[in-house]
Amino acid sequence: MNPLQRLGAWTLTVLRGWGHAAIFFVDLLRALPASLRRFGLVITQVHAIGNRSLLIILASGLAVGFVLALQMYYALVTYGAAESLGLIVNLSLVRELGPVVTALLFAGRAGTSLTAEIGLMKAGEQIAAMELMAIDPRQRVLAPRFIGGIISMPLLAILFSTVGILGAWVVAVGLIGIDAGNFWSIQQNGVDVWRDVGNGVVKSAVFGVICTAVALYQGYETEATPEGVAYATTRTVVISSLAVLGMDFVLTALMFSTPR
Amino acid sequence: MSRRTTEILVGLFVMLGLIALVFVSLKAANLTSFSIGSATYPLSARFDNIGGLKARAPVRSAGVVVGRITGISLDPKSFQGVVTMEIERGYQFPKDTSAKILTAGLLGDQYIGLEPGGEVDNLAPGTTITQTQSAVVLENLIGQFLFNKAAEAGSGQKP
Repeated sequence: MNPLQRLGAWTLTVLRGWGHAAIFFVDLLRALPASLRRFGLVITQVHAIGNRSLLIILASGLAVGFVLALQMYYALVTYGAAESLGLIVNLSLVRELGPVVTALLFAGRAGTSLTAEIGLMKAGEQIAAMELMAIDPRQRVLAPRFIGGIISMPLLAILFSTVGILGAWVVAVGLIGIDAGNFWSIQQNGVDVWRDVGNGVVKSAVFGVICTAVALYQGYETEATPEGVAYATTRTVVISSLAVLGMDFVLTALMFSTPR
Repeated sequence: MSRRTTEILVGLFVMLGLIALVFVSLKAANLTSFSIGSATYPLSARFDNIGGLKARAPVRSAGVVVGRITGISLDPKSFQGVVTMEIERGYQFPKDTSAKILTAGLLGDQYIGLEPGGEVDNLAPGTTITQTQSAVVLENLIGQFLFNKAAEAGSGQKP
């Protein structure tokens, strides 16, 4: 095989992969209305994806809030600006860390379980059985999980940010001794509901779509063997993490590049 | 786990998320400052130079926040900066009130300070404050200082 042919073959493979994923995504979107009619399935999935991720999200949020407050304090106190501690922690959590860290944890905690579950359904030929019974597995299996992920992710992200801010409050007011009134009023002056909090929520919703869609695609297209499922689970974490980080840069550039 | 328990747990989760959103918006962001929108009246002021004043900056009187700046524009005829603001209805100011552009601390944000005068009548909603003091622009200040120095040096050499 000469190099030119190899380049061509590689390009076609990549394009085929992208096209396959795009068609899968469009099919998934088309299956959404049908699953909304059976909302009970979605509720079960919100429980599996959202409720069960709650503990790790809250614990990480608290830890990030604590550490961020402590670290920022050492930098800020040099400039006599320790009062703005809450503002810095708030902005970095609401704009960046909340959505991004939540999405990374979400890919690890919920994404992998989605991939493994669907991969094993495929390996056990449950998906094929459904198709034989004329049940569309996209409507019955994939769509409820997709909606569940999109509902859970923004809620988890805002909970992460909130717990982080509360953690920073504990450190700043309780440990360091910053005035509680200043801590909140500086945040109220510096954080805009639509620009900062609103864009953070939009970000986390986009990440929810990315993480869930990647997890479902990897599960649905996995090779129906134990190694195949293991490989697909790994790929879910790698691809969704990279996609989230890349998308975060694009969204930040779009949302926050212009000064207010 | 029964269906009922699952639904209750999901309801709790969603509720918790919404409470968190409300908490962040109210306590740690500026949603509360929008609520004064219902009970305010507009005022405007003309300045020769507004410096680094921005929309949504506070309007203070004696240091107390009494309103917010809603818009800044340039009058195309007089080439003055026109600042519009919303003042809370509870605070009325005399007609000869003057407006200054001040800075919070050495490096802080700029805001408008209202200094009440002694008139009996109050400013009607929508009126323009004409007695104003512009922002201090560092470059102008330095320029003036250098100019004075040069003038002194020049007069010293003459005799």
